[in-house]
Amino acid sequence: MADLSINMCGIKSPNPFWLASGPPANCGEQVMRAFDIGWGGAVWKTLGTPVVNVSSRLAAVKYSGNAIMGLNNIELITDRPLETNFKEIYEVKKRYPNHAVVVSLMVETKDEWKEIVNRSIDAGADGLELNFGCPHGMCERGMGSSVGQEPKVLTELTSWVMDFSSVPVLVKLTPNVGDILVPGEAAVQGGADGLSLINTIKSIIGIDLDTLSLKPSVGKNSTNGGYCGPAVKPIALHMVAALARDKNINIPISGIGGISTWQDAAEFLALGSTSVQVCTAVMHNGYRIVEDMIDGLSNYLDDMGMKSVNNLIGKAVPGFIDWGDLDLNYKVIAKIDADTCIGCQLCYIACLDGAHQCIHTNQGPCSAYHGKSDHGMNPRVDIKQPILHSHDSNAITSIPFVDEDECIGCNLCHLVCPVPGCLTMKEIPNAAGKESWNDRIAKKTLL
Amino acid sequence: MTPELQQQFQLSKTRLESDFPESKPLFSESEALIEANRCLFCYDAPCTKACPADIDISSFIKKIKTGNIRGAATTIFSSNMMGISTSQVCPVEELCAGACVFLEYNQSPINIGRLQRYAVEKALQMEKSSGRKLFPSHKNRSQKVALIGAGPASLACASYLALEGIHPIIFEKNNLPGGLNLTGIAPYKFKSEAALSEINWLLDHGIELKTGVEIGRDIHIKSLIEEYDAVFIGSGLGRDKFLNIPGKSGTNVWGATALIKKIKNEVDFNLSRSFNSAVIIGGGNTAIDIARELAMLNIAEVNILYRRTEDVMRGYAHEISGARKHGVRLIENITPSEIMLENGKVSGLRAEHSVTGESINYNCDMVIFAIGQEKQASHFSEYLKYDDSGCILVDDKTCQTDHPKIYAGGDSINGGKEVVNAAADGRKAAFAMLKSWDIQPNLDSKKKGSYHG
Repeated sequence: MADLSINMCGIKSPNPFWLASGPPANCGEQVMRAFDIGWGGAVWKTLGTPVVNVSSRLAAVKYSGNAIMGLNNIELITDRPLETNFKEIYEVKKRYPNHAVVVSLMVETKDEWKEIVNRSIDAGADGLELNFGCPHGMCERGMGSSVGQEPKVLTELTSWVMDFSSVPVLVKLTPNVGDILVPGEAAVQGGADGLSLINTIKSIIGIDLDTLSLKPSVGKNSTNGGYCGPAVKPIALHMVAALARDKNINIPISGIGGISTWQDAAEFLALGSTSVQVCTAVMHNGYRIVEDMIDGLSNYLDDMGMKSVNNLIGKAVPGFIDWGDLDLNYKVIAKIDADTCIGCQLCYIACLDGAHQCIHTNQGPCSAYHGKSDHGMNPRVDIKQPILHSHDSNAITSIPFVDEDECIGCNLCHLVCPVPGCLTMKEIPNAAGKESWNDRIAKKTLL
Repeated sequence: MTPELQQQFQLSKTRLESDFPESKPLFSESEALIEANRCLFCYDAPCTKACPADIDISSFIKKIKTGNIRGAATTIFSSNMMGISTSQVCPVEELCAGACVFLEYNQSPINIGRLQRYAVEKALQMEKSSGRKLFPSHKNRSQKVALIGAGPASLACASYLALEGIHPIIFEKNNLPGGLNLTGIAPYKFKSEAALSEINWLLDHGIELKTGVEIGRDIHIKSLIEEYDAVFIGSGLGRDKFLNIPGKSGTNVWGATALIKKIKNEVDFNLSRSFNSAVIIGGGNTAIDIARELAMLNIAEVNILYRRTEDVMRGYAHEISGARKHGVRLIENITPSEIMLENGKVSGLRAEHSVTGESINYNCDMVIFAIGQEKQASHFSEYLKYDDSGCILVDDKTCQTDHPKIYAGGDSINGGKEVVNAAADGRKAAFAMLKSWDIQPNLDSKKKGSYHG
């Protein structure tokens, strides 16, 4: 079994799975139960000057009947007394010395930062996480994402904390910026030991169409919240990867954003995260999900022949290149396996209306492009009568087929096919060799 | 609807039918959403191709998914005005669901019938509570259409006409409308109250109903053809057929549809106290229906005797397996030769094994013939053409007969099929009539589900 233990800028953890700062890491009893079930670390619900919260606070996007594809919250930082939190942190660290307890912090003035950093360290924090990311409520008070969006302020506040802290400090970034490298590099300048991202995305989750009031409802009103959950994972992966491949950033990253499974976690690790943080998935299904995360990741590492989770970290980053360096001569085309095709024709309609009109129905009338293959280079303005294909009476007649000359290999049909392995993309051997857009620019042979 | 009719629509609770549980109850909202979300939303979906009424099934299921229940119901009704009864009565296993792509994928097909039931019943509840009709009424036009028989074919035809402002008048010889939808559907599938409430809803769109009026007896056909702009024949089939064997007139020898009608509609009718063993002769779905009903009514022994073998019988596989779960037995290769009577009452049945020729006696105290129904005695023979089996010949696409003003649909043209076939015929005929009068239907058959009210 592969070694899952990590050391993130000095914060040691038996595995890379941490609870993100949020409701699942709100109090000591919760964190200890989570550790018992298998979580390697927890980032405590953000401490600061105590606040008052509203009711209700959460709303979600359902997709095709699945609850919580995306979650939106308007909850603020901890609304429990600081003293209560510190007592619990102390108890947790005393009982779980080998687990990582990172304390998330958010205050305003330099004096406040000094005091809260010291009290956290006194309570036994293994590390600190500076919440420069929260995009709702706290930012209106000049904290959270309003710091993360101002690189100079971010650098300055980080450097204050670095002066006060004797334990590793992570800066948690907001995704609500134009370019994630700007706050990332600002944190490095401030001396941060590590980065964690993404915090939630500023959002309005939706409205109740019966009352036309926003969700989550606080009486008749609501406010913009922070969006997270499985839907935000691709955004988070990009930001993590962008920082991981940035030459100016050489500090470890704790990846956050829509992680629900070991596969999600493995992707974050492969794109440069050292630890991963989970919140929404736990809110949805409880701490117990970590059992499969540990088990699945461990099996995966074994299958990949990796002895330690550290071998996976950053492995996919070199594959992330600029568009201009992609090989223009690489080509795949769609293949439909008639034996496993169930005849739903989702590939046909997707290609016809949403792509390049190169999948045809066996059983007419077929409206796909029937002219000479030109990949749409010549004008197409006539709506032609659909062509009735003759079909083999022995076959299931609703199985579509691909015009391989016309197929441009976009992948859409592959994505919509409901049967695993039925519609695949096959690589077409290329004798011409690799050539990128940037190569063409250099050779001045653009088109 | 007239108050007298409303009075008639009140069915007594002391009917045997009331005791049957529903085999496919209404989905809850969450059940419907879970099932709807399984649907792949196929393009050119095989379920729709398998639907005799051409309902755009994947579209209405998509609308259930998005919470557009009125839209889902409109999609259904615009293709099949009998959407309420067919959602429960249709043999979906043989039609839409039997064509579901999931069967190619070793998964259970989408439960289309129950989703349809959910959509139409919910939409009708919403119609009631909001007071906003799914299909608002239209300006009245001058045309009048006479429809003969108030079964599914005529009801469907009349509904589509009424939605376009045509005045349809249905003549029904019985006291209650509905035809086999009221009297002939197995009570675990669809009950008479539900049939009447569906009819009630349909009539409210502007259909006039005259019950107790028999064409050819009370109204002359010639005057009907002269007075009306078109005539639709939806008179269905006649009495049950009987084998011409000794003992067929004995007490406790029944025709299947007649007995089903008694179970469904007759007040204080009772069977289980007097009978222990029933023999059903036939191999179609009506034979299976009555067998299952009798078994569910606690008749100890219920045997279907079929002259050939199960693999060639007309009854559906899912029906016979459903009946077997209630203890019904199917006995193959049996040809009845005599019903034995004691004091005029059934005491047994003598039969011959059609392969071995062996003579077999069955003890039973009731015999039911389920070998089909007679054709209706026709008063139209001078106007229409019939095929060899006595079905009225019509044009496939329009349901128009040889006489340009006369259309026909349902069992009278197909010899006995499903409710959905009758409903589809009624729709075809209605749209053909409209076309013959150059009326562009509000309910555009090309854009299914869109109703330009």
